[in-house]
Amino acid sequence: MFKSVEELVRTATERGIPISEVMIEQEVHVRRSTREDVVGMMERNLEVMEEAVARALEGVTSVTGLTGNDAVLMTDYIRSGKSLAGDLILDAVAKAIGTNEVNAAMGRICATPTAGSAGVVPGTLFAVKDRLEMDRDAMVRYLFTSGAFGFVVANNASISGAAGGCQAEVGSATGMAAAAIVEAAGGTPEQSATAFAIALKNMLGLVCDPVAGLVEVPCVKRNAMGGANAIVAADMALAGITSRIPCDEVISAMHEIGQMMPTALKETARGGLANTPTARRLERNIFGEKENVKK
Amino acid sequence: MKYRSVFDIIGPVMVGPSSSHTAGAARIGLMAGKLFGRTPKLAHITFYGSFADTYRGHGTDVAIVGGIMGFDTFDLRIPQALDIAKERGIEVVFETSDALTDHPNTARVRLEDKDGTFEIVGISIGGGTIEITELNGFPLKLSGGGPALVVLHHDRFGAIAAVTGILARHELNIGHMEVSRHEKGKQALMAIEIDDHLSKDVLAEIERLPQIERVAIFGE
Repeated sequence: MFKSVEELVRTATERGIPISEVMIEQEVHVRRSTREDVVGMMERNLEVMEEAVARALEGVTSVTGLTGNDAVLMTDYIRSGKSLAGDLILDAVAKAIGTNEVNAAMGRICATPTAGSAGVVPGTLFAVKDRLEMDRDAMVRYLFTSGAFGFVVANNASISGAAGGCQAEVGSATGMAAAAIVEAAGGTPEQSATAFAIALKNMLGLVCDPVAGLVEVPCVKRNAMGGANAIVAADMALAGITSRIPCDEVISAMHEIGQMMPTALKETARGGLANTPTARRLERNIFGEKENVKK
Repeated sequence: MKYRSVFDIIGPVMVGPSSSHTAGAARIGLMAGKLFGRTPKLAHITFYGSFADTYRGHGTDVAIVGGIMGFDTFDLRIPQALDIAKERGIEVVFETSDALTDHPNTARVRLEDKDGTFEIVGISIGGGTIEITELNGFPLKLSGGGPALVVLHHDRFGAIAAVTGILARHELNIGHMEVSRHEKGKQALMAIEIDDHLSKDVLAEIERLPQIERVAIFGE
């Protein structure tokens, strides 16, 4: 099993195969399964992602009412033709938001790598697929490439907000998406690693401070920013820009920062946005006087 | 390597909102329910760390109770699990604890009925992946390097040989094995890490052995 991005990139480069193929082969080996089975499993995950986005675009609201319907607002705004950032980026933003709105509403999603960060990878995928003329096989490969990078992060750092802050969740997802966009756009494995490094570097230090302890505020909008960040990082790598700090060292830095981060900022709803007066008021409205937090 | 499969990263398919706090909790509950083997009268759940701080907002409560009733991570009944538990006559008690644990997402699940009690401690390490660290008071140390067979049995001569005999007959290699017991002649635990996939038939064969109380597979 590959343990580092360096090893992953070297394997792919030396054998002249994409990173997605390295991941597929490893999975076949680990499962003692067939290629058809492994690819089929990923296709089913892709279908779950598509269903979640479709549901979001019909409008979905969470039980608390804190989040929902922003994916619809963004989609309408794109259609108005007045947007500044560009349709492709905003399409990724809308679909990343949408997926996470479904998640907040306790709907069915596919964790990528976690539920709180489930919007970034599918959001970017569904935004770039037409532009990059991706067929079904390429879309499934996108998920394997994302997974390969997430696999290294999960085994060397963390993908849990409680252990490493939001940088471990939306940060990891952003890097994973950036790397997968590069492969889908015809970039090299090395450029995928660069895109991952650039994307994650810009998410370092991101704390996990969910208002009222819910996976809603700021999680939904952080997925939006993760999606936009991933596309820009991918474009930078494809433009030939490199990262001075190698990908594996960025992952180590993320882990170190996560270890140093106080518990109040790691999914405990004790600090950060969760501890603002408005957040505390929202919390009391939702849970009553008995706050969802221990002092 | 804690994570072995790409589907631990792209997956699981689950009901939101949190893979560690909802899907992971459902899996801890599933494991507890499977090992208890019947509908409990009481489910006593203690949350530690981040679980204790945010369990209501993350649906950890409904997910763990859903899991105990056999709901998988993607079961759309999870949000209604507390109501369903009530209908099924399961009393559910939640407790939070400030006690320091090795991992921020830790839950202790005790299931009871008139015939007995069963308790596990599970940790949710991120992305829906879990580890069971304690089982009926037996500390469990699984490397996570492969599937593991966990067998609760009576501490009698031949029990271990009977289980390993079945594995040998099916040409399943043991990578690591631990045996522990609280007291001579009482309940004991075998935790066996194996190199290969274990079929349901083999599991059923072990379950039929006279000394065996319960069998479960981890990490598959």
